[in-house]
Amino acid sequence: MKTGARTLIDALQREGVDTIFGYPGGSVLPIYDELYDSSIRHILVRHEQAAAHAADGYARASGRVGVCLATSGPGACNLVTGIATAYMDSAPIVALTGQVPTGMLGNDAFQESDITGITMPVTKHNYLVKDAGDLDRVIREAFYIARTGRPGPVLVDLPKDVTNGQVKAGGTAQGKISLRGYQPTYEGHVRQIDKALDLIVDAERPLIYAGGGVIHSGSSAELLKFAETAAIPVTTTLMGLGAIPGDHPLSLGMLGMHGTQTANYAVTECDLLIAIGARFDDRVTGKIETFAPSAAVIHIDIDPAEIGKNKVVDVPIVGDVKAVLQAFLQRMQKRGDTASWTARISTWKAQYPLRYREDDHLRPQYVIEVLSRLLDGEGVIASEVGQNQMWAALYYCFKKPRTWITSGGLGTMGYGFPAAIGAHFARPDLPVVDIAGDGSIQMNIQELGTVAHYKIPVKVVILNNMYLGMVRQWQELFYDRRYAYTELPPVDFVGIANAYGVEGIRVEEKGDVLEALETALAADGPYVLDFRIEREENVFPMVPAGAAINEMIGVHHE
Amino acid sequence: MKPHTISVIVENRAGVLSRVAGMFSRRGFNIESLAVGTCEEPDMSRITIVVNGDDSVVEQVMKQTNKLIDVIKVSDLSERESVERELALIKVAAEPGTSRAEILQIADIFRAQVVDVGSKTLVLQVAGDTEKIEALEKLLRQYGIKELVRTGKIAILRGTKTVKSSK
Repeated sequence: MKTGARTLIDALQREGVDTIFGYPGGSVLPIYDELYDSSIRHILVRHEQAAAHAADGYARASGRVGVCLATSGPGACNLVTGIATAYMDSAPIVALTGQVPTGMLGNDAFQESDITGITMPVTKHNYLVKDAGDLDRVIREAFYIARTGRPGPVLVDLPKDVTNGQVKAGGTAQGKISLRGYQPTYEGHVRQIDKALDLIVDAERPLIYAGGGVIHSGSSAELLKFAETAAIPVTTTLMGLGAIPGDHPLSLGMLGMHGTQTANYAVTECDLLIAIGARFDDRVTGKIETFAPSAAVIHIDIDPAEIGKNKVVDVPIVGDVKAVLQAFLQRMQKRGDTASWTARISTWKAQYPLRYREDDHLRPQYVIEVLSRLLDGEGVIASEVGQNQMWAALYYCFKKPRTWITSGGLGTMGYGFPAAIGAHFARPDLPVVDIAGDGSIQMNIQELGTVAHYKIPVKVVILNNMYLGMVRQWQELFYDRRYAYTELPPVDFVGIANAYGVEGIRVEEKGDVLEALETALAADGPYVLDFRIEREENVFPMVPAGAAINEMIGVHHE
Repeated sequence: MKPHTISVIVENRAGVLSRVAGMFSRRGFNIESLAVGTCEEPDMSRITIVVNGDDSVVEQVMKQTNKLIDVIKVSDLSERESVERELALIKVAAEPGTSRAEILQIADIFRAQVVDVGSKTLVLQVAGDTEKIEALEKLLRQYGIKELVRTGKIAILRGTKTVKSSK
């Protein structure tokens, strides 16, 4: 016989778990007691939300399932934002929560919360384990569900009597899992693929719109090969950055609300839109009726529910992006003639580069550009949410998949810093930088304690404008400059970092940016950089809410 | 917009109904009627849901329902030859010597059964499609309906086909 907790740890090890981000508490004591002797590394965060984000960052940077662990009640509830963030961006995590003993369930016991009920809308699936004998199977299914199909978070709720309970000792289960209610489609339908290829050959102005699905399915190489073979330009969503090198001649950068002019014009004028692992989110499409108005649409996605949800599609292809792109490459007989279209796009790119005022003021775009030059694609960038995120998306040149970790769907401020911690454990070989704003960083600033504790060499770039900058930007543009509750008093971030035992530097001059970044990147441990940027700098281009995506403001005009 | 009768075969487990119903409400799909019960397989249950919406809404309903891990099979029965039934129990005022005879006559026409006879009321049980039950209700209203309870609609395919066997 062995305990439920021991069974759990054995099952986690079978799943290849090397790191758990967690926070102990009463109902997870049996689990912690077993963890103490196990070879699984446990990273103690300073708030459970950070555990979920760190698991998510770990998952996105590695492609493996990230794991977080929290106690019942408040601990479990604190995971919710992190789980919802992972759900919206299809990040595979398994969240383990303690629960009051089964006999007390539903009695409003101390630190009881109905976490399976609470997380039903934000998990791919969840489990409340009531019998220790089910533990091994449930963990196996949880990891399987999290990482297969369209990935997503799975929560497993573990009552204390279950983890304390006795299970017949024996090997953990092996072999194929079959769930009759869950059978994702991986191979695309051949007839649909051929139909798509016909459209591709005939198109004069085809455009690939690549999303996070390309990253999740690990098909950047296939995407690049397909784009090059068929000579089709590629725009990516926020989640798709890095799917194709940002400096590739066929790359148009990001599309959508803060997309490049070239990308948004290309969408508006294309005659064939090939959506790959993307979901026609409102931040991408703007006014949906005018999105790719003259294009036939091919939509490749592993989740059939995404196809036809927001946009009517001509050729739906349900399948794994990787398998479908491989089939494309295999079955493609000839390519269309896109020369005049790609020439047109090159003209746009030359005519409408991203730009900001290049004077001697300290501007956020410049900070990102210098960072991009220094890392040259060889690093992992996490971001918070808001202006910092958009500047990073626009001005950092992502060259590889899984090097950009950001909360796209939920838009969770406070995500980046703990996600960067997770990313470090997934890719300890790479420098990891969190690009933050002074608002966002204060949502999980307590994680300075975690990076100090474990000497995690995450660098935090704070683009400090003493505003909740993105909201202020909207207030400036659409609310008559009435800055309702968006101004933040100055904070001594270096002082806070130092108090936690973390190094930091404040930068106020443009001329000091390079040296500060070099110093931070060269440092062995964590580092906080407080850049006092131009306060009312805006993110441009920008599509006002409800407008067509070619109706941008803050752009070049003829 | 027309009502669609969706049959959902699910794992017979705790919390499944709440997963399905929760998904409907969170995505703004309106449930007109719902019936749940066991089916021919002991480890499965069958939920019959009637939703209103145009074809694209119903397509989303079915796809989103199918995404739930505990959902085994989703079918739209209104697209196919099927039998649909619901059941109602109607307590109608019927003082002795007044309209009892009329009520019993109406019940007979509708093949409704009298399942309780009280000193001042009758309880009728009627099964049929929605229109039939509504027609009976309308007719009985003049006598005074004290209480009415209806099940959700259940439906089954005609002929040899079953929802589990068909694509």
